[in-house]
Amino acid sequence: MTSNQAAAPLATPLAKPATSWVTTGIFIAVLFALPYLLPVVLPELEGIITLKANFMIFQFTLVIIYAIAILGLNIVTGYSGQISLGHGAFYAIGAYTAAVLMDKLDVPYWATVPVSGALCMVVGFLFGLPALRLTGHYLALATFALALAVPQLLKYKHIEWLTGGVQGIVILKPDAPFGIKFMNADQWLYYFCLFVACIMFWLAMNLIRGRFGRAMIAIRDHPIAAEAMGVNNAMVKSMAFGISAAYTGVAGALGAIAIAFVAPDSFTVFLSISFLVGLVIGGLASISGAIFGAIFIQFVPNIADSISKAAPWAIYGMFLIAAVYVMPTGAAGLVRRLRG
Amino acid sequence: MEAFLHQIFSGLAAGGIYASVALALVMIYTATHHINFAQGEMAMFATYIGWALIEQVGLPYWVAFFLTIAIAFVAGFTIERIVLRPLADKPVLSIIIAFIGLLVIFNALAGFFFSYTIKAFPSPFPTSPPFGNKFLSWHDLGTVGITVMVLLLLFGFFRFTPLGLAMRAAAFNPESARLVGIRVGLMLALGWGLAASIGGIAGMLVAHVVYLDPNMMSGILLYGFASALLGGIDNPGGAVVGGFIVGVAENLLGAYVIGTELKLSVALVLIIGVLLVRPAGLFGRRLVTRV
Repeated sequence: MTSNQAAAPLATPLAKPATSWVTTGIFIAVLFALPYLLPVVLPELEGIITLKANFMIFQFTLVIIYAIAILGLNIVTGYSGQISLGHGAFYAIGAYTAAVLMDKLDVPYWATVPVSGALCMVVGFLFGLPALRLTGHYLALATFALALAVPQLLKYKHIEWLTGGVQGIVILKPDAPFGIKFMNADQWLYYFCLFVACIMFWLAMNLIRGRFGRAMIAIRDHPIAAEAMGVNNAMVKSMAFGISAAYTGVAGALGAIAIAFVAPDSFTVFLSISFLVGLVIGGLASISGAIFGAIFIQFVPNIADSISKAAPWAIYGMFLIAAVYVMPTGAAGLVRRLRG
Repeated sequence: MEAFLHQIFSGLAAGGIYASVALALVMIYTATHHINFAQGEMAMFATYIGWALIEQVGLPYWVAFFLTIAIAFVAGFTIERIVLRPLADKPVLSIIIAFIGLLVIFNALAGFFFSYTIKAFPSPFPTSPPFGNKFLSWHDLGTVGITVMVLLLLFGFFRFTPLGLAMRAAAFNPESARLVGIRVGLMLALGWGLAASIGGIAGMLVAHVVYLDPNMMSGILLYGFASALLGGIDNPGGAVVGGFIVGVAENLLGAYVIGTELKLSVALVLIIGVLLVRPAGLFGRRLVTRV
């Protein structure tokens, strides 16, 4: 077996941008209008400040957050071809960084997001350094072990003063700034996350299309050829891991702020598997796929939960296996194919 | 000193479980060069079947034990045929995704059919301490005994039977094996069946200790990975030795160095450490790739 483990046949490398600027613009405009469109689309939500409307907005906030996390996973798995089953760990680090900064040091919530991202980048890079010697199954195994170990590490009694142990940390949900009256906390958070997401997606697009992105894809498709062309494989792979971890860390920080609570048992191995599900369903090596994937992992379990407690995961599992067979490029690939 | 001995013996008992899981992983690795992430959940599900046969059908323990092994064999065989065979020449990522899919499906099915409440699992061994010592129970002794027995049976099977030889040939060099008339696909499916059976044995032995619930195998699977890697992922004997080493080391470290709360982190460090320092493990073959 060569070390070319990549997702190569699954992906269309460097295809022309899947969506034109116009569609992207309309999509973003719809996202920005969403909190005000909801009552129009669903008349029973009339009167914006109802509990239900707020909950729906909260759900969309989570979609945005998951989209950032899945985008991060996509950078490392979809584009650079390193399989990570442990991105829940970076999400947890991001979430805990934000919570601890807000709880212990009274750092304003918006300032915790870049700090979480930076910290996760360093941790991801350091984890990536040894991990880059591993390929395929072994990297999957190491990251899987990381994901399994995280809840236990967070509960460790000698750092309980910091992490709050099993109880976790409760933080305050931020209100809209500047005394804005027409927006409640949930709506403000939605816009805040949307703003961060726009920046992250824009950065990712440029990253993928630039020199670094090409280097990543080259390594994924043929590591030896890439090395021969002068790509510093070790550096690029570690950096890809670090950047990917930074994305997931930012998502984790936003998640902690939005839910206003962190606890070790929210970050089990199943969180990492959710991200993988979102990645595979959305589409490997596709920027817009992250959004499809996030919508899937946010709303499908809600629908399936009404059938049985076990149903969401059974459905996840079947979708995962079915995707490998019939939809290897995910929802984004399907859309691409339908548009010709 | 007594406490120390106690740790060593309970480490050996735990090591027997890890060794069985590692053995199942090695079975699939040698045949297909894939690491089966669903191994733990498959074992867990087999254990639930064993539980249902004993508690709900009312079969005697040993009848249920062997019946479960047979069911696990058929299930493993079928999974290879239906889910993994069509993926044989897909990239590694697709196969890992399929494994993760199997993992969550079995986890969900166990929760669906048997609920998430924790259940006690019976032991076939007497509860009184053997030979009047207080270091280990009959169940511990039985676990180690069964593990060693399974290893010897496997060794005999692969060494002395024509079918075992055919399976080794299919794993070692599929193309040449096919040329001499071995049905390679069938051999791979048989390997999966064997692995599922061994996993089922491990599950039934450990369920008495950790109690039965859908998530019981996740930590054990991690130690199984660590054992298999330490012993050499392509060496069944190495995996068993690795299992016992990991079991004893885990217990000693847990008792004297870091406490029981970080046991999973020990496995994580062990896995990464072995992969970095000696990827072939203690007894494994060093893999050289031609480019």
